[in-house]
Amino acid sequence: MSGIIEQERYTCAIGALQSVVAIPKAVPILHSGPGCGDMIQGFFERSTGYAGGSTSPCTNFSEKEVVFGGIDRLRQIITNTYKVLDSDLQVVLTGCTAGIVGDDVDSLVREFQEEGKPIVSVETAGFKASNFEAHSLVVNAIIEQYVSLYEVDNKPKSETETVNLFASIPYQDPFWKGNLAEYKRLLSGIGLKVNVFFGPESGGVAEWQTIPKANFNILVSPWYGKPIVDLLNTRYKQEYTWFPHPPIGANETERFLMQVLTFALEQGANIDEKKALTFIKHESDAYYEEIDNLATFLLEFRYGLPNHTHILHDAGYVVALSKFLLHEVGIVPKEQFIVDNTPEKYQEQIRKELKSTSDKREIPLYFEPDAGKVQDIIRGLNHSGRGIIIGSGWDKELAKEKDYDYLSAAVPSPYRLVLTTNYIGFSGGLRVIEDIYGNVLATYR
Amino acid sequence: MPKVNLSTPEVQIREKRINSITGYQGDAQDLVNESLCGLKDKSRSFSQCLGCATSKAACMTILIQDGAVISHGPVGCASCLHEFAFTYRVNSPLRSIENPTQRKIYSTNLQEKDTVYGGSAKLEESIREVYKRTKVNAIFVLTTCAAGIIGDDVDSVCEQAEEELGIPIVAIYCEGFRSRVWTTGFDAAYHGIARKLIAKPRERRNDIINVINFWGSDIFKEWFAPFGAQPNYITPYSTTERLKYSSEAVATVQACSTLGSYLGAVLEQEFGVPEIPAAPPYGIAQTDRWFRALGKSLGKEDVAEEIIAEKKEKYLPQIEALREKLSGKAAYVTAGAAHGHALLDILGELGLEATGAAIFHHDPIYDSGREENDQLAQRVNDYGNVPNFNICNKQEFELVNALNKIRPDILMARHGGMTLWGAKLGIPSLLIGDEHYGMGYEGLVNYGERILETLENDEFVKNLEKHAVNPYTKWWLKQEPHYFLAGGGGK
Repeated sequence: MSGIIEQERYTCAIGALQSVVAIPKAVPILHSGPGCGDMIQGFFERSTGYAGGSTSPCTNFSEKEVVFGGIDRLRQIITNTYKVLDSDLQVVLTGCTAGIVGDDVDSLVREFQEEGKPIVSVETAGFKASNFEAHSLVVNAIIEQYVSLYEVDNKPKSETETVNLFASIPYQDPFWKGNLAEYKRLLSGIGLKVNVFFGPESGGVAEWQTIPKANFNILVSPWYGKPIVDLLNTRYKQEYTWFPHPPIGANETERFLMQVLTFALEQGANIDEKKALTFIKHESDAYYEEIDNLATFLLEFRYGLPNHTHILHDAGYVVALSKFLLHEVGIVPKEQFIVDNTPEKYQEQIRKELKSTSDKREIPLYFEPDAGKVQDIIRGLNHSGRGIIIGSGWDKELAKEKDYDYLSAAVPSPYRLVLTTNYIGFSGGLRVIEDIYGNVLATYR
Repeated sequence: MPKVNLSTPEVQIREKRINSITGYQGDAQDLVNESLCGLKDKSRSFSQCLGCATSKAACMTILIQDGAVISHGPVGCASCLHEFAFTYRVNSPLRSIENPTQRKIYSTNLQEKDTVYGGSAKLEESIREVYKRTKVNAIFVLTTCAAGIIGDDVDSVCEQAEEELGIPIVAIYCEGFRSRVWTTGFDAAYHGIARKLIAKPRERRNDIINVINFWGSDIFKEWFAPFGAQPNYITPYSTTERLKYSSEAVATVQACSTLGSYLGAVLEQEFGVPEIPAAPPYGIAQTDRWFRALGKSLGKEDVAEEIIAEKKEKYLPQIEALREKLSGKAAYVTAGAAHGHALLDILGELGLEATGAAIFHHDPIYDSGREENDQLAQRVNDYGNVPNFNICNKQEFELVNALNKIRPDILMARHGGMTLWGAKLGIPSLLIGDEHYGMGYEGLVNYGERILETLENDEFVKNLEKHAVNPYTKWWLKQEPHYFLAGGGGK
């Protein structure tokens, strides 16, 4: 969809500079207008990492570069980046200005690559793609231009228990850091060694170099990230297992771990299946002990709790939270809204996935990146009982208008701080419960 | 004197209009002297992400109560605008807005095909759709780099839409690449507002004084009351109606001359509202001058003298007590131009030693053309020179380098993203968002107390310093801050 967008919930291609920021000691270099970095920093907030935000080098296109091209300026900026900043990997990202004037950035970056610099270029003109899509462009560029240099020492599929995980998009998923750490813990629990690539649980560029060695890949995503596992399949013959949304709560986390376990065994990973099942059982038991305690509160609290929800989020969270809230919390998902601009070819499978939530009820689903329009739809809806809106900071006002409860769980949101909280896994489900009822109980004064 | 020209849809950029610069290394006195005789800008051979005009134009339009804003570009160019929706909501009690309404912010979401075939048709539809959804009293259209380069005729589209819809549709030319000085974005917004919203005065209202500001607290109500006047804050929290008749005010004052330079001049030259001939009231000397200038403009000099006397009596003892505690402490300032000068005034008045400053850009003279409005010149006259005075274009690498060498007792900042570096170096750092907080006699007390508190409570920064990650190379920290500035040795 390409119409007008009110209240953006995602940003343009150059927003994928945050995927670079999320790699320890990597630096994004922007060949763009002067405001691009500022816009992205402002969208995500508290997102500067090692060398993002005001630290990132940028050519800051002026009229001169628009007229005469900006390649010389970029050469100067890259050269001096090496003098000013310590970094393990440099990723040059282009903005609209460079895209329209047609600077040949790839050739310039190749000059630096030939000098042995760990530098990568990727085209991210804002009008070309969203940051959801550009995340894959960035990852694939790093694989093709950087990881490829280390293939000799990292034989494809040489470690049967190692896997590459592609799941949360850094910063666009506000819980990415906690989620990646929890994926790693869970998958380690069933006997796998996991590369997560982003955040403090990754091993930085050294980990990226070992991508080929993994036996197979895991994609956790409703649609984005698919080009990454496709590339690795072509390049290193690594198969992948695809889970359609972040697993939140016990049902889906068990399903996720069983899917990966089964796949790992098929791929010849040397895993102690019994031990893995024991691990899953232990995690699940601990989870249900909490749900047991919680059930009394949910059933008996006399002063009002939400009984239905509208979620405005990316496809992964909409499906995951709908399933989780219905089956494991008892909050009924009413109309749901996917605001991530899902490409049409993936929409049908996402609809099916959401439909699988329940045999006995239909959950109306909208794909609509124009979230202002979504809010107007919600304004017109009327369900009995107390409702909760789960969305971004934009939705706080809507919740107030409708006298609904509200949980901030999507970007952009100036109303919530997220540090290392995870929403995936057994513990993630419990955290969602804490967040929802914490907010609800805070309304009683 | 630069002349305002409202006949063209685009504002002339600041570096051409008033010779603003983004690179300088030296001291404040020299900069003031050079400003009088043709200052030359310097370029850098290294640069970091800056910020651009579009978000500056956005904040001056989004906060107008009954308007909607369309960013004509790819979605990225409107990414950070949600911050202004937050600002509007959170600061509304300061301006007695009881029910702040949702801000209406849109992107035309330009795609690749639009860069080939043009985005004008899309803009046309978007304006219609926004009007249908919002029924606002004015729609502001902000241009972006992409829209600018592909050459969409935004002005014509807006003119046509205006005819069709019967409300002002304001084209604002604020593409990021057009100007090296992002504050051109303020000028661009004001230019559009002046062209489309401000009407010729029907009368002169001696009880209304325009205040050009951001979203700071409502201190002017109290200040103007003895003069029998009230403030008309423009443009945040204003309405199209109040903007329309800002032309009828008796005078205009500025909270920050960097912000309001252009609008002040437009109101004076095009609508006959004089800007008072004094820089904003920071520090005692400047506060007295400001009240006197205001009194003179209103023909009420005696009222001004009464206020000054009253304030002196009330606040001087407190200020003196603060001076005793703060005297001799070293402070470094980083801020956009005029507010940086304001902070330097406050430091001078409170007896702190200003050991340096990283100021984002410099306007040698404001659009009013009046030397009395030159805050830096006043600062140097009132409190002395400031060494290590850099015009840094918000380049973090220069700030880090300078701070690391100068190691002041405190870092005073006025723009997000810069205090972090003070803290990482273990330097107590203070950023105050409310631009009115330091004004007048009471402002000196406000600031003095906050500075004391910041100096006192340094445990957090001292701990952060021990664990701070620093991406800058040892080599860089050994160079001079202006190494990459033309003439600095770096290439």
